[in-house]
Amino acid sequence: MLYIPGNNPAMLQQGSVYGADGVLLDLEDAVALNQKDAARILVAHMLKYISYEGCEVTVRVNHIDTPFGLEDLKQIVPLQPDALRLPKVETVDEIKRILELIEQIEDEHNLPHNQMNVHVMIETALGVQNVYDIARYSPRIDAISIGGQDLAADMQLVKANDGVGIDYARKQVVMAAKACKIDVFDTVFVDVENEEGLREEAEYIKKLGFTGKAIINPRQIEVVNEVFTPTELEIRKAAKIVKAFERNKAEGIGVFAVDGKMVDAPVVQRALRVLEMADIDVESL
Amino acid sequence: MKNILQREIPEELEGIGKLEAFEGAFSKLKKGWMEEKTVPPPNKAKMPHSSKICDTLRDAILKTKPRDGMTVSFHHHLRGGDNLVYEAIKILADLGIKDITLAASSLTTAHDPILPYFKDGTITQVYASGIRGELGKAIAEGVLPKPFVIHSHGGRVRSVHTGKIKIDLAILAASAADEEGNATGAHGPSAFGSMGYAAIDSWYAKQVIVVTDNIVDYPCVPQSITQNYIDYVVKVDSIGDPSKIAGGTTRITKAPMDLQIARLAAQVIEHSGELKEGFSFQVGAGGASLAVAKYIRKIMKHRSIKGSFILGGVTSYGVDMLNEGLFRSIFDVQSFDAAVSSSLLENQYHIEIPAGLYANPFNCGCMTNKLDIVVLGALEIDTNFNVNVITGSEGYVRGASGGHSDTASGANLTVVVCPSFRGRIPIVKKKVHTIVTPGESIDVLVTERGICVNPQKSELKANLESAGIKVKDIEVLAEEVEGITGKAKPIETTERVVGIVEYRDGTVIDVIHQVKE
Repeated sequence: MLYIPGNNPAMLQQGSVYGADGVLLDLEDAVALNQKDAARILVAHMLKYISYEGCEVTVRVNHIDTPFGLEDLKQIVPLQPDALRLPKVETVDEIKRILELIEQIEDEHNLPHNQMNVHVMIETALGVQNVYDIARYSPRIDAISIGGQDLAADMQLVKANDGVGIDYARKQVVMAAKACKIDVFDTVFVDVENEEGLREEAEYIKKLGFTGKAIINPRQIEVVNEVFTPTELEIRKAAKIVKAFERNKAEGIGVFAVDGKMVDAPVVQRALRVLEMADIDVESL
Repeated sequence: MKNILQREIPEELEGIGKLEAFEGAFSKLKKGWMEEKTVPPPNKAKMPHSSKICDTLRDAILKTKPRDGMTVSFHHHLRGGDNLVYEAIKILADLGIKDITLAASSLTTAHDPILPYFKDGTITQVYASGIRGELGKAIAEGVLPKPFVIHSHGGRVRSVHTGKIKIDLAILAASAADEEGNATGAHGPSAFGSMGYAAIDSWYAKQVIVVTDNIVDYPCVPQSITQNYIDYVVKVDSIGDPSKIAGGTTRITKAPMDLQIARLAAQVIEHSGELKEGFSFQVGAGGASLAVAKYIRKIMKHRSIKGSFILGGVTSYGVDMLNEGLFRSIFDVQSFDAAVSSSLLENQYHIEIPAGLYANPFNCGCMTNKLDIVVLGALEIDTNFNVNVITGSEGYVRGASGGHSDTASGANLTVVVCPSFRGRIPIVKKKVHTIVTPGESIDVLVTERGICVNPQKSELKANLESAGIKVKDIEVLAEEVEGITGKAKPIETTERVVGIVEYRDGTVIDVIHQVKE
């Protein structure tokens, strides 16, 4: 998911062409305080007129307790982007309050409550402690993400680039998302020149269970896509497992071996997930 | 008269003579010979042990007996650091010489300082493969009394052979030369690599001056230019700004848009059917075009494909691919950075070639004929795939024909890479301002908003679609672009033709009208 500063018309216009799965039109941290109004007006305009064909469009609004949060909701909610990203959520009461406001605005515009999804960002120590309860509060919440920069600041970490300080938080957030069966996105990698560092981090967070990663420069898309897209070898292996499973199932066999390794239901489930990510129809195998 | 692309071409133009309309990329070539007569090179003689060394460039120029109406030629291998063109023209102007035809292989922004000589009658006509900067603006506004001629690199060689460009004096910069005029660009403090465009000037000019900041012991090795063609040799303190002549290594762009287009272009190439063992390859030196090499390099390594040769303008990135064993050789007509010069000097598989071997259509086969894949840029491209690489959105000359039409006509797969619009200027559109390369030579256009295959290339389209690559109708893309940018206001021009664009075979593919100031 590619962050695009909400006050940059050229980047907003071109956001969908780089191959990201989604664009995050940002009204929050990527926008200077004296540009907040301009960004809000611009993003609202872009949502009306620019086609982000093939890309999920999410708008990150300012926190409701800032001077800009409520106006952001008032302007953006009626336009119903695919999702709204809520920063620095810490408690259940807070998410409850924001969702009520969103629904109130939707009611004023005769909009349903189930069209636009909500992404919650966990960016403080308190948020990490409450993440499970926040994530399961509403079915509208279809993804959570961790905001590493703010979290590191909240934890008073001096050196945060290696990710050690936020490692526990990452795992906690992933576990909460998995328990609620929703998507979970990792934080940004700020050193855009360090392609290898990005690849290492993307591989690590993929192993942790993250669904994807937020990025701040289109140049990072290729690396993250490569990490999260199954390789040809992985796809072939998954296809082999699924085919063997179908064959054995017909004969009433639940556990069998493929290439000398035991295959049971969870292994088949993972193989099916690989095929799903590769957009391969199991029926076609 | 109208040419085959429906461009209105005058029958005759004062300062040039009769014009021949473009009738298709191969209409002249397919005859198997050139109808125009070739002119013989000049006859010269020289007594043994007489000196060619002159103390100053002025002395050397004086010895050539300059006259009004002469044609003076230069190469553009010094790139943005060139100061020789200005120095030489200033000397000629100070000597009171008027009505000069400037036949430079290309003119860049480094040549802006000669603009006053366009205005005062010193220079009255220009032949070049490209013109940029202040000069490009001024000539489009009609500063020169005679029409300028834009030719391709291959076309320039043809024009010299046929005498269309009759060079009276060639002033050729070298980074190393000896007292007899054997010269190279491959070493010395101002090394710039290949001297590919200069060879033809040395062979055909009535008089030739080699100018260097670095006289070496006789004989200079290697020899891009040889002594038997050289009249005078001058040692100067500087041939230009070394940092701009031979700057480090060329880096791949970091611009996300260029990288995205390049990534898509590499996918197209990978599935085109042309990326196979032993393929030959050429890319441009900048932006998305060079970035394609980055992705092709990756694909070649992944699929264990080895190419045969890299052709044309060469960057350090091409040298890296040679050194990695991804290609067997490089044939270098023009080098773009310092790293290329050292490779040219040290690697026997990195070979300097003259422009005629590179791209002249009228011989027994130039090397562009052997190209499998070329990746080219565009300032504009129309819905018939005709490409403009010479005039910008305001109508000024701000680009170069270079080897665009030469390589496009020769390659099995010609890929044009460009954004579909820049800022709010549409690039993919119904009609381009000036045609340089005919659409029949272009196979596929790759932009950030769509990949469009020339309808004549149905097999290519099928190959791409079977690999899951979405192909878009270029008319649809042009409409989408117009939907974003709005309809561009037409460029306001007068009836006066200030320049012509020659196709590589010498026919006129388009003309350039005077832009209203």
